[in-house]
Amino acid sequence: MKVLVPVKRVVDYNVKVRVRSDGTGVETAGVKMSMNPFDEIAVEEAIRLKEKGVVSEIIAVSLGVAACAETIRTALAMGADRGILVETDAELQPLAVAKLLRALAEREQPRLMILGKQAIDDDMNATGQMLAALLGWSQGTFASKITIDGDTATVTREVDGGLETVALTMPAIITTDLRLNEPRYASLPNIMKARKKPIETVRPADLGVDPAPRLKTLRVVEPPKRQAGAKVASVAELVAKLRTEAKVI
Amino acid sequence: MNFGLTEEQDMIVRTVRDFVERELYPLEAEVERTGSLPREIGRDIQRRVRELGFYAPNIPAEYGGGGLDTVGFALLERELGRTAMALNAYWGRPSNILCACTPEQRERYLLPCVRGEKIDALAMTEPDAGSDVRGMKAVARRDGDDWIVNGTKHFISHADIADFVIVFVATGARHITCFLVDRGTPGFDIRPGYRSVSHRGYHNCILTFDDCRLPAGQILGAEGGGFEVANTWLYATRLTVAAMCVGRARRALDLAVAYAAQRRQFGQQIGKFQGVSFKLADMVTAVDAADLLTLAAAWRLDQNLPANREIAEAKLFASEMLARVTDEAIQVHGGMGLMDDLPLERFWRDARVERIWDGTSEIQRHIISRELLRPHGG
Repeated sequence: MKVLVPVKRVVDYNVKVRVRSDGTGVETAGVKMSMNPFDEIAVEEAIRLKEKGVVSEIIAVSLGVAACAETIRTALAMGADRGILVETDAELQPLAVAKLLRALAEREQPRLMILGKQAIDDDMNATGQMLAALLGWSQGTFASKITIDGDTATVTREVDGGLETVALTMPAIITTDLRLNEPRYASLPNIMKARKKPIETVRPADLGVDPAPRLKTLRVVEPPKRQAGAKVASVAELVAKLRTEAKVI
Repeated sequence: MNFGLTEEQDMIVRTVRDFVERELYPLEAEVERTGSLPREIGRDIQRRVRELGFYAPNIPAEYGGGGLDTVGFALLERELGRTAMALNAYWGRPSNILCACTPEQRERYLLPCVRGEKIDALAMTEPDAGSDVRGMKAVARRDGDDWIVNGTKHFISHADIADFVIVFVATGARHITCFLVDRGTPGFDIRPGYRSVSHRGYHNCILTFDDCRLPAGQILGAEGGGFEVANTWLYATRLTVAAMCVGRARRALDLAVAYAAQRRQFGQQIGKFQGVSFKLADMVTAVDAADLLTLAAAWRLDQNLPANREIAEAKLFASEMLARVTDEAIQVHGGMGLMDDLPLERFWRDARVERIWDGTSEIQRHIISRELLRPHGG
């Protein structure tokens, strides 16, 4: 079974993000970029399925500027087999990404696509769901456990109030939650092998998709500064302040 | 000329740094507090690094090592230098000198080291022979086909966790021979060394040889060829000191920058005062310079160009830079920098030995100036 895993290049989770001075977005120049952590979990899950003999080939896909090839290379160093870069300088929004991935799915015919539930840059949490709708495939979002048996994928989902288990008929879209697995470090032999694995570059036009954004960002601003807290000496003082100053009790 | 890292090098740096930050940083405080690292934790680090194929990265792939070139290895050492020596000692980097093993020695020493089954230590220094290596007093005399070794070595790093030691002893006037000596060999003892201000938990040991009998098959390289084998294989060891200094200095700098942006005095970030911001500017300039010297020397080794002077420059500059940068990082933090809640006081203490071991700053200056003056008849 072939599995396709989209991986997004985002500002590294350790970086303290700054808003660009013109308010058009977040500063990315000279900032450390890494694979979206939820996508790392998706790659790890695909590799584990391959190690179990369920998956035969893992294709890592990234969409965006040429530097996204580095993100694909990281997936290859973890253990993916080959990569596809959909290269474009256009601002990509979830619907365009979903359409591009649909076109790749039609071309590559995977039985399964594993995506991060969201990217840590825009936190949209939309691509997986849109893709499932466009393809008409089953979807299991926010997965914390995946079992594949023949043509059925059993997915445990983390939902408000507990865990929900769904059975999906393949082909299927699964999006990963944080607790699905702990991604591995790239091994030195795999890092050395990654360069020899192929990365194919295509453009949105080759896939017949116009990636033009439908949404316009008006302004990006820093969150308001938090006021410093105050220490209280006793519970009695705390209760008094909650009553008289905060007026919450 | 290209100063960029290749994709492989970039991934090595990211992976090693991730591993060090996530898996080793959390162990540092306990190592500092107790001055030791339990062996089972060390073995667990070994096992995990082996699984990642990062064990013995400096040893050629034909012997099962990682087969990194010198630049790749320097980058790896740089990232390992961010954490405590007691911890990164278990990220096995067997001495390159083991590549001089005979096929029979290879099975007993090099290959088990590459597989993480054995750990080596290297013994050169003696109480009366530090920088003056040729003045060593430990001797071996021939007895039939065997050699009888007598003498003392000290400051022998991590011999406490070593299964065997690579020892240099005199076998005649200006005649040094290198021997492989197994722990437990009769007449050979590994004793605890001194308590050092630097690198707690990474122990130095005293080795004693009392009529220790060694078969001729324990000689590494040729009889009397100790310096040749050392010069061939240990030529670049000093560069790893430089690389580690750069990694640790970068970590100290990062802490200082973050603190200068966060700490407020007199109504503003302390980083807004030139007294602090110019310190940071000088610190990053020095760290970058040491980084470039180190990688340039590594690059020369990979090109098979002479690099003796360049390695010495990197070791000298990086170790002295580390002393200044850790000192200034503490100054930026004020009193808090001296407290062991932060790792800075440790970096500052650890920095002190870097100007001494693997050739003192004075020896490095001697090497550099000699290389300069020789062509002029000096």
